[in-house]
Amino acid sequence: MEVSPGEIMVAQAAREIRDRERVFVGMRLPLIAFVVAKRTHAPRAVGLFELGIVRDEPAPELLYTMGDTPNVSGAVWCARTIDLMGLLQRGEVEAGFIGGAEIDAHGNLNTTAVGGDRSRPKVQLPGSGGGADIASLAQRLIVIMPHDKRRLRERVDFITSPGYLAGGDARRRAGLPRGGPSVLITTLGVFRFPDGEAVLVSYHPGQSVGSVRAATGWELRVADDVRETEPPSADVLRVIRGYDPEGFWTRRAE
Amino acid sequence: MLIGSGCVRSVSAAWVGNVSAGLAHCYRRAMEEGVPRRITVRDHSNFSIAQALLAGAIGAPYIPTRSLLGSDIPRANGTFREAESPFDGSRVLLIPAIVPDVAVLAVQRADEDGNAHLWGPWGVSQEAALAAKKVIVLADEVVPREEITSDPNRTICPAWKVAAVCEVPGACHPSPLQGRYGRDHEFFHEYHRRTRTAEGFDDWVGEWVTGTRDHDEYLAKLGRRWEELREDGVPSVPAAY
Repeated sequence: MEVSPGEIMVAQAAREIRDRERVFVGMRLPLIAFVVAKRTHAPRAVGLFELGIVRDEPAPELLYTMGDTPNVSGAVWCARTIDLMGLLQRGEVEAGFIGGAEIDAHGNLNTTAVGGDRSRPKVQLPGSGGGADIASLAQRLIVIMPHDKRRLRERVDFITSPGYLAGGDARRRAGLPRGGPSVLITTLGVFRFPDGEAVLVSYHPGQSVGSVRAATGWELRVADDVRETEPPSADVLRVIRGYDPEGFWTRRAE
Repeated sequence: MLIGSGCVRSVSAAWVGNVSAGLAHCYRRAMEEGVPRRITVRDHSNFSIAQALLAGAIGAPYIPTRSLLGSDIPRANGTFREAESPFDGSRVLLIPAIVPDVAVLAVQRADEDGNAHLWGPWGVSQEAALAAKKVIVLADEVVPREEITSDPNRTICPAWKVAAVCEVPGACHPSPLQGRYGRDHEFFHEYHRRTRTAEGFDDWVGEWVTGTRDHDEYLAKLGRRWEELREDGVPSVPAAY
């Protein structure tokens, strides 16, 4: 079976989790990245789910939502949302995952609404959920989203989840205590934010700097040592396909 | 569904959607086209709505937070205030209390006075119940008082908050209730497909809401599908008090 963009993204996202870290997980691809990290290089990572669940072992079966009953069985703590968000605010969570409908080059994300008028949106999106809190308060933010020109935009219509805002020290000036995006993983490549602005560090197998540039709505900055994204190993693919055999999350058309 | 049926004027929420399926069609139609009517929205995040309810629960006017500074949510919400902490001069956002008229809480079991046991993740259930002027409890099972007092740490709110206890087995369907039944994923996906148009939504409501006399008939209509969702769960080790 050919490796899907979803699987490449999951493998890269898993590499972003370090052993022993406390990670705000989220659903879809990040959940599977957490499973991969736990079963490979980060066996002692701990997963937090914003509705109030802490697990040191991923749920044994595929989840559709974080409130599914298998996500509670075997949890080490069932708490309230405010308890986990409070620990996040204290700075006790190293990394958090979020996705978004739109992102700009400073890593600001929109999941609220497309169109300039919030009360009459062109496309009404679901909203922040815990995304804006994770983006505000986690030590590092890992962003995962599909890549196209309408999504990677010069400016987003609404900043739901703050990235580096206008760049420079804008985050600190706004009063945010820490954090900011450390990586953006898309269906085409991987960006890092060395000075608060996205720089392409790798393109996925089958892509190129040119194809990424053509699908990006801002003027692309490229790392000097840009290269191809490391594809998932056979071991990692086995974990992904064992967990999501139907490809519900890793092979869906976005 | 309430939005699609025209029963909602205003929404205060962190997230509105169909979790594993996609965007909420009725919410989109109302916001984008004013169908069936215009609604207003006050944006929140999960933390800010939890803090607003917590403030309501403890009788405080507001709770300060460091979240959402720099986000457009405070401006869109319109009720938050930015301030300087009088203690350390740091920038904070003040989230005013939300005091709901009614909170509806689905739980595994309650006694007939409304002392309710809920287990699994509590989300914002406890803050919502304590902040509300009154609570309606939907109990999967109404149990004798002794079952509640045997494990008071599991009680989510005291009986005096509770205006009504309704015994409604399967009240959460298609959502899950820990240790009782799992999530009906396909029901969410089906709803998503069928409510793409306003006509499709009306058709769906006609079948599943107005087309069934009560919740028992709704469960009977689910038939075997409902039986297959039932879970016994794994019993916890009892705590001795």
